[in-house]
Amino acid sequence: MSIRYGLLALLHRQPMYGYQLRGEFELTTGGTWPLNVGQVYTTLGRLERDGCVSANGDATTAADDSSGEDLQKTYAITDAGRAELGLWFSTPVSRARRPRDELAIKLAMALVSPGVDVAGVVQSQRTDTLRALQDYTRLKTKAEDGELSWLLVLDSLIFAAEAEVRWLDHCEARLARHRPAPVTVAAPPVHVKQNTPKPVSR
Amino acid sequence: MSALSPEHPVPVLELRDLSRVHGSGDTAVHALRGLSLSVEAGELVAVMGPSGSGKSTLLALAGGLDTASSGQVLVEGAELGAMSRRELAKLRRRSVGYVFQDFNLLPALTAVENVALPRELDGTSARAARQEALAALADVGVPELADRFPDAMSGGQQQRVAIARALVGPRRLVLADEPTGALDSETGEAVLRLIRRRCDDGAAGLLVTHEARHAAWADRVVFLRDGAMIDDTGQVSTVDSLLAGGAG
Repeated sequence: MSIRYGLLALLHRQPMYGYQLRGEFELTTGGTWPLNVGQVYTTLGRLERDGCVSANGDATTAADDSSGEDLQKTYAITDAGRAELGLWFSTPVSRARRPRDELAIKLAMALVSPGVDVAGVVQSQRTDTLRALQDYTRLKTKAEDGELSWLLVLDSLIFAAEAEVRWLDHCEARLARHRPAPVTVAAPPVHVKQNTPKPVSR
Repeated sequence: MSALSPEHPVPVLELRDLSRVHGSGDTAVHALRGLSLSVEAGELVAVMGPSGSGKSTLLALAGGLDTASSGQVLVEGAELGAMSRRELAKLRRRSVGYVFQDFNLLPALTAVENVALPRELDGTSARAARQEALAALADVGVPELADRFPDAMSGGQQQRVAIARALVGPRRLVLADEPTGALDSETGEAVLRLIRRRCDDGAAGLLVTHEARHAAWADRVVFLRDGAMIDDTGQVSTVDSLLAGGAG
């Protein structure tokens, strides 16, 4: 999970408090993956349990620890944590382990559902993805040359969105070539509450 | 003097119900079908679509390089169809800049001569045209290339010179046909950044591309298919329902 390794990578730089880690994580990823402090402390707890980080400081002496969180604890990476981080950096991210692609499933289902305008689904998604692509590009025009981490994250989002648009173009061309026969079943067509289906959010 | 209010400026480019048909009868090919589009000053519009969807035809009509079968093309409020060949040539020199995939610089001329040429053809003195061209080259970040010939420049440098040529003098409309097609990813991005900046400074741009990543530099992206516009990211979706009679 990337939060676990993201925190380890930040601690590899220097020991930090939980709040500090949250801030640094968001700064490094340009706020693309906002974290709540609960996620940070839960992850730190697991890392500590696994021997990847050690905590220094006494939670009970924290000045304003009204929430019960270890606000004044400083976390530092251990040798085991460094080894795990090294393994993470050296292992390619497996495509197979990524979450199921809702969009691909949606299109596959659209093809076998009665009365669904599949080309319309493709078109609606492509417009939405292109708008996201425009947003990322606008952010890029505002980014400074020094913000290299943020620029790399943006590039990743841009190339992923572009790949999706290319795939949608390909789907459109394939649909136009094959023109699948309309699905006719005894069951009534799909019932939806709203008229405009929501594109899959990026 | 213009009586136009700033709230309702004339678009730099306006296409009204534009159609282009090649041939006739059973063999007629409809390259464009009733397409309408306007590009304001400060706006960059990208055109995407599969091969044969009408992208290049659209660009050729917008720049007065081809003639519509029906409909109108207006550049800064002037209708191209109502112009004589001489007037049209003058408009192309004075108002429209082109950027092509393969740069199209004249190999026998230096960078500054390439950029100055359209101004000289338009009647500007050689000295003044050279000054304008030097300023245009400085504006696209390559003043040091002024006296270099195209074959001594990289692709990215040639495209920067081509952009300087496209927007030298009073021209406010730039028509770009796959301007990054021959460039690597980073150089291509630098070229798009440049076109974007020129539009932010008040030019109007129409960019034909098949790459979504490049189209995303535009304010709006329109899609063509079979000569018609099927989508526009600048518009609220008009899809009422993707389920035919399904909602019940």
